[in-house]
Order: sequence, then structure tokens, then C-alpha cells
Amino acid sequence: MSEASHKSLPPNPDPILNVEITKELISQHGILPEEYQQILEILGREPNLTELGIFSVMWSEHCAYKNTRKLLRLFPTEKKDKGAIGQVLVKAGEENAGVIDVGDGWGVAFKIESHNHPSAIEPFEGAATGVGGIVRDIFTMGARPILLTNSLRFGNLDDSHVKRLFRGVVSGISHYGNCLGIPNMGGDIYFDECYEGNPLVNALCAGILRHEDIQKGAATGVGNPVYYVGPGTGRDGLGGASFASRELTEESAEDRPAVQKGDPFMEKLLLEACLEMMAIPGLVVGIQDMGAAGLTCSTCETASRGDSGIEIDLDLVPQRETGMNSYEIMLSESQERMLVIVQKGRERELEEVFEKWDLHAAQIGEVKNGDRMVVRHKGVIVADLPAKSLTDEAPVYDQPASEPAHVAEARNWSIESIEDISIEQVEDALKNLLSHPTIASKRWVWQQYDHMVMSGCKIEPGSDAGVVRLSIAGIDKYLAIANDCNNRFCQLDPYKGAQIAFVECMRNLACSGAKALAVTDNLNFGNPNKPEAYYMLRECVKGLADACAFFDVPVVGGNVSLYNEHGEGAIDPTPVVSMVGLIDRQEQVTRSQVKKEGLELFLLGGWPSELGASYFMQTQFGKKEGSVPTVDLESEKKLQEFLISQIEAGKIKAAHDLSEGGLLVCLSEMLFGEKHIGAEISIASENSFERFDALLFGESQGRVVVAVDPFDSNDFISSAKSVGLSINPLGQTVYSGKLQVQVNNQKIISSSVEELRSKWEDSIPQHMEALNK
Amino acid sequence: MKVAIIQFPGSNCDWDSEHAVKDVLGISARRIWHKDPLPGETEAVIVPGGFSFGDYLRCGAIARFSPIMNDVKEFSDKGGQVLGICNGFQILCESGLLPGALIRNDCLDFRCLNQPLIVEDSNERFNKNSLGESLVLPIAHGEGNFRANESILSSLEENGQILLRYSGNPNGSMNDIAGIRNLAGNVYGMMPHPERAVGAHHPCLDGLPVLNAFLGPIIQSSPSVVSVS
Repeated sequence: MSEASHKSLPPNPDPILNVEITKELISQHGILPEEYQQILEILGREPNLTELGIFSVMWSEHCAYKNTRKLLRLFPTEKKDKGAIGQVLVKAGEENAGVIDVGDGWGVAFKIESHNHPSAIEPFEGAATGVGGIVRDIFTMGARPILLTNSLRFGNLDDSHVKRLFRGVVSGISHYGNCLGIPNMGGDIYFDECYEGNPLVNALCAGILRHEDIQKGAATGVGNPVYYVGPGTGRDGLGGASFASRELTEESAEDRPAVQKGDPFMEKLLLEACLEMMAIPGLVVGIQDMGAAGLTCSTCETASRGDSGIEIDLDLVPQRETGMNSYEIMLSESQERMLVIVQKGRERELEEVFEKWDLHAAQIGEVKNGDRMVVRHKGVIVADLPAKSLTDEAPVYDQPASEPAHVAEARNWSIESIEDISIEQVEDALKNLLSHPTIASKRWVWQQYDHMVMSGCKIEPGSDAGVVRLSIAGIDKYLAIANDCNNRFCQLDPYKGAQIAFVECMRNLACSGAKALAVTDNLNFGNPNKPEAYYMLRECVKGLADACAFFDVPVVGGNVSLYNEHGEGAIDPTPVVSMVGLIDRQEQVTRSQVKKEGLELFLLGGWPSELGASYFMQTQFGKKEGSVPTVDLESEKKLQEFLISQIEAGKIKAAHDLSEGGLLVCLSEMLFGEKHIGAEISIASENSFERFDALLFGESQGRVVVAVDPFDSNDFISSAKSVGLSINPLGQTVYSGKLQVQVNNQKIISSSVEELRSKWEDSIPQHMEALNK
Repeated sequence: MKVAIIQFPGSNCDWDSEHAVKDVLGISARRIWHKDPLPGETEAVIVPGGFSFGDYLRCGAIARFSPIMNDVKEFSDKGGQVLGICNGFQILCESGLLPGALIRNDCLDFRCLNQPLIVEDSNERFNKNSLGESLVLPIAHGEGNFRANESILSSLEENGQILLRYSGNPNGSMNDIAGIRNLAGNVYGMMPHPERAVGAHHPCLDGLPVLNAFLGPIIQSSPSVVSVS
């Protein structure tokens, strides 16, 4: 041992704590030499192995955001307009989840979190515990969870390993969420080769609570008892947070102990017991779930937030395995556990609630004076650290960044480099797009999720946004949620790509009739120590932050998942944007599918000749290239404000935004709701467009197709023109069962909607059937 | 309190059921914890959906041993009205209050969708006249595949004990059975969720006639029935 040994803790009966801390051990814990120096300075001595483990998880990217903290400060965290609905009640980073006001004294807590690496190794358990973790974050705030969604990314679905991952992830989400009885509204799913070997599983939960019931994750009041509630601790999930902060390799499968095992029944009991306990006035002082870094994170974070010390005794921690040492108990990520600090003298009230639900509630320590986190095991101190050193003093890095060559190439790309589509090819091109798993119907997925429980599902998953009624609060308002992120755009132009994720998400809400309130984001990127990966991360964050500021839609929380690399390199940058919006009245809840014939269809937004980075480029040429479409925040704002005002005025019968696949895919999807509904579309010559491919399949932004009653159409057109919005009549819905399109009186396609629907509806089931054979 | 809604650990449609009966139909209802006795004033019992005891071992296999199930049996023996929905149906089958068993869907996956159903003429309250020829109700289950031996199946058919059949069988149930009643006609079980189809915010309203048929005698004696919200 070094010269600092005189200050070391006494010899421990547990031999693991007398292990010499070598360079190898430090590096195995993902701690850099300069970080270890910082630890020596903080402690004034060498750490023991348990303490080293504690630093390694608390200073991991997953817990400390050491590579992203500076960037995350770019996000606006509250609304500029203090009179608007959706004021931030709990800001990003303050607690387990952010909370916003939705009126009538109610708040909504929501957050998204990734479980990418565990899902790559063990898809069912990885995805299931991802749901479990985010649900705990929400009810820890005192909120009743009312909605789940997911943002999922997989490799090419033709690959049998990808199929197995996809099936495993969907079953895991279905298994866990259904048992909890929280409606899962689906979410967004993309399939792209860049995710092969490194799928993304981001889970979102939203919950509702009264303003006065917001709970804090702070340990305050010296002498207040600290309780451990939930099932016993095992060796599962050891060091999951630091596992998540490494690249995946061929050997990662050996990290299987770092993947946790979930028990949704236990979580349901914990959820009900905690909400029941929190409803007892003045009982709970602080509460925090044991998620990433388990007991370690919950004790040091509550102490740090409470400006207190905390002392726990591991002999009192319920354990379901024998012979666990302090390192294992502190770093375990066993699921469905919480740390609760209650008012001294009222312990019995907590214990009665947990007895009712047949759950463990063990007092393991108490809140102390000072600032130390002290951990005892078998009669000796095994860790004695300043709590804030773990939470607030984690190192923060600015990494070098350099623009990858392909980004510059994409900028200089010209549409002239490809030949325009011939009319004969249009129908096949449309069918290929509709059956691309990213665009195809996700019914196979959301039919496995209980999306109707809690009396709240207003519209089926698969529309532009998921909408649930706030029934449980007894109010007739609707919460809408949309997730979005097109990795192709982000890969080719990270700044614009992130802005497109934002505006598209917001446009999805607007199409559903919802006003956007706030964002939670999940930044999924590659290894930040590589300058090109860090550049992508930085540009995406800047793009997103600028869009948030422009629309005054703050970020109230989220998650960062770096080191998403496997074999060939990093995944495409994937800053998933999830946005929450509110719909005031039931009549304003708007669907993307048209219900009847005789409606006029209009395109809001123009006809730019843009094709770069589109799905058409993928399905037609197998290429991910080209310049990303223009984003114009001003005109996007104009479009969305107009949409919402017209929905409020009852003028819009259906609305669907143009995204992956462009105009023809959008029109087809609008017709898939009812049998026999078709459309006659005629795009007239006065519309200046240059090419068929860009017209029919381009993914230019700021565009929506709406269906309007013919009786209202004149008013509708003049309203659009009066706000300076480009509006183009497309045609009408008819009782023909055909999608007929002509351009300049030239017939482009006349396809059976049923045939198009089967391409779209059957694609994923067919892919998955092939797995079973 | 007229309608008791049994809450087991893992029940998750208890709130929905209470909401439908109390807030929509306007009949007093309360959730009763499985360790508590069934209140004396109970006029009808709903065993709601969910995953009682995590559905470990077998759906409903542990819940049948909950203390309250003795009271529910006694209540039904005296002719009390009992309705089991989804997991509640599974619990009633496990308890022997209804015949047959529910096993894993033949597709092996959980299924959540708006399911078309055919109404059977079962008794004076559950029939085509009161409910209409067909209904659409939400289903949400992984284990709704109804099984029974030949003699049970034929007696169910002969005695008019089938309430509802699937139109387009989603789970492999024998004879497309979606819901049944006991021979005495006071215990009902069904996989579809009528409580999820009672409000304008729901995909459909077909749950109203079903709950009305079940709670008919109580509704008639109820002084104030509020309209649909």
C-alpha cells in the first residue's frame, strides 16, 4: 500500500476489502488515472475495493454524465412564457423525473430512459427491466403512472438474430407493462443496419399527481430512519451502470450477470404500497428508487440532495443470496427496490403499509449530521466517503470534436446525381416503402401491449401520437405523447437531424390536436472519446437545444446512453425526442386515418424538390446518402399553430404528417382505417415541382395532409392563406377502395388500397413468421 | 355500497371496474382487499382483471386461496351475483365457481384489440334481445384459451350457459367461447372487458348493455342512475 495507508480503514474481515488497489483494478473499473488521482485527493487516502466500486458506478457516464454535462446545460429547462400552461414544477436533474403543470392543480411527471446494453445481451429481461426502472422513477415522484411508450431501434429485420432481439424486446416490454396495468401506447420503431448488434431500447413513462404531492429524493432531518423496501438483494445486475458505459464487444455476452432480472408482480406491489404510503400526510421525508447503481446511488444521492450525512448497515439489508460481500451488496442492481426516509417516530405507519402488501420494509440506517456516506458491514466501516464527492464532484469533460467526412459529403450532394423515377416504377416503389419494416404497420407490436387498461385509451396506437384520457384524475383532458428520431437525418446532418426529430415530434402532437408542453430526450450515441462521435453528439444537442428555445418547449429530463458501438463502429446518432402535449376536449382528439368518403384533402406546406436521406433512397437504391431536408422553424410554427386552431374550430377530420416515405405513403396510411375508402388525387400543373421522385416520395419538412368537410373547405383555404401558409388541394376521399393519383392530368398510379394495406400490414408479421419456421 | 370489487395483489382492472360501475352507471361500488371480509350489504361481486399474484403457477391458481374467496363462494351459494372479467374469469374457474379452464393463447402472444363477439341467448338478461346480435369489446390477455372436457362442453352448450362467442377466434378457445355462466345463472365469467367500453372516451360503448345485464336487478332498485359521461 502507498504512503496514504495510515489513513486507511481498519483491516476488514471480508478479504475482498484488503485487496491491493492496482492499476489494472482501477482500469477494470473504468476509472482513468487522473480520475484516480482526484479520488486520492478527495479521500486523503487510498480507497478500498468497495469504495472504488462506488466511485466507478457513480462517476460512470450513466450516473454522472461526465461527457455530456456541459452540453446538457444548453437545454432550456423552464418556459420563458410564465403565463402559458405547462410550467415546469420539477426541473431536469433535480429529482428522479421532471414534473410539469397540466392545470386544475394536476401535474404530469415523465421521463425516458435507455436500457440498450442489457437488451443487446438479454433482450427479454433487458427490455422488461427497462420498463420497470422508468416506472419506478415516475412513482418515486408521487405520481400514478398512466402511460408507457417505447422508442426502439433494431438492425435489418431480415437477419434472424435481429428477429430474435426484436421478439425478445417486445415480449419483455409486453410482459412487464401488461402486468403493471399501465397502458402502453406503442411508440416509434426503426430498423436500420447501423443498430445491428446494438439495438436501442428506450422506455418512457408518464404519471399524474397533485402539485402538493410531489415527493423529494432528499435525506433530511438528522435521526430520521432510512428504510429499504422491496425484495431482497441478490448478485444480479452487478455494476450495470458501468457496464452501460462501455462499448459492446464479442465478450459482452459474458457480462450477463450485469443484466438484471425483473419481476413485474413485485413492482406492482411496490407501486401500490409506495403510493399508499405517500398518501399518508407528512410520513415520507424522502424517497428514491434503487435503479442504476442500486443502494450506492440512492444513499449518496439522497444525502447529497438533503445536504446531510447518511449511515447504513449492510447486515440489515434483506438479501436473497448468502455470503454477499459489501462490494456486491452496494453495487447490485436487483430490481424493484426503493429507499425511503420517514419521519422519526412514525416507523410503524410505513411498516403497516408494507405488511399489507406482503413486502419487506427494513430499517437499514439513518440520516446523520455532516456530509459523509458511511457504510457498515459485519461491525466495521467498509466505506466512508463525502456524499457530494460522488454526485457533484464527478469529473466533467470537454472532448475534442471533428466533423466526419461523410457529413460534408452529404451537404454537397446533388439530387442530379440520381435519375428521376419513371411512372411505371411508382407503384412498386410505393409498395416497397409501405413494406419497409420502419414504415410498415406496427400492429404486431402494439397488439401485444395492453393499451386500453386504466380506462384511458382514446385512440389506438399507430396514429401520429398516443393519447390517453386523464380519467384517473377525474378530469376530461387528454395527454398526448409522441416520440421521434430519424437516424438517417442525424447521421447525415446531426444539427438538422435533431431539429427534425423535434419538429416532427411536435407536428405529430399538433396533428392529434395537442399543444406541446415539454420534452424528455434520450441521447443514444457512440463512444464520446472518439472525436467524430463526439462531434455528432455535440451538434445534435445544439440542434435540439435551439429548437427547444425557439418553440419555448423545455427539456424536463432524460437520459444519455453513450458507447453504443458494436463491431463496425458507432450507431447512427439517435437523439430520441419524446414530447408531451395536452388536448383540452375530447372532440379535439384527431386521428391520422380518414373515416369516410367525400372529404377534401389538402397539403399544407409546399413542394420542395428534396430527396436526400429519404427512405426512398434506401428502398430504391440501397443508399443512405444525400442532403437532409431544410428545416424552417418559423414556417413549422405557423403550420402547427394553424393546425391546432383549425382542430379547435372543428374543421379538421383527420391529419397526418408527411414523414418517412413522403406524400404517397402518407396518403396511403390515411386510407388504411376503413374498408372501401379510397382517394382521387390530382396534382395540378400550377404547382411547380421539378421531379416525380421528390414530389411523391421526398421527405421535406413542415408538411401535413388534412381532410376537411367540403362545406368548410372555402373557409379553410382562406384561413390558411390569411396566415401565409402554403395550401394545395389534392383531391377527395371516395368510396372506391382505390388510391388514384394523377399529376398534370397524367395518370401516375391507380392501386387497390386493400393491396397497399396488406403490404403495410403484413410485412412485420411475415418477417416474424419466418423466424418461427 | 352495493357492488364489491375484489382487489387481489396484482389486480389491475379494479380501478376501471369501480369507475365504470360507480362513475358511469351511478351504482355505489368499492374495492375490497382480498384479506378483508366481504361486506354484509354486498349485492353483487366483480372479480376484476389483472395478474393476481403475478399469475405465477397458473392464472388464478393462488388467488383462489385468498381469504375473501370463501366469502365469495358463500355469497354465490346463496344466489348472489358474481361476475369475473379476464383474470377474474380465470379465478372463478380455478375456484370451481365456473367450469372449464383458461390456458395460453394458441398464438402464444398477449393479444389486446377490439374484439367482435356474437351474443348467445343464455337467459332472460343475457340474450340477443337485451344485448343485440353482436358486440365489440376490448380483450387483453395472454391466457384466454377456454378448455373443457367433452361432457362439460356439451352441457354448457345444451344448458345455454354460453354468453358470448368470438367472431374470429383470437386465442384458440373451444367452440369460440368468450364468456359463460354457471348452471344456476348467478355466476358469470368472460375474457372481454365490458368495463373498458362504457364511456365516450372509449373505442365503443358495448360494455354498457353487458354491465347493465349483470347489474340489472340492482339498477332497477337504484334510486338515481346517472347518464353516460
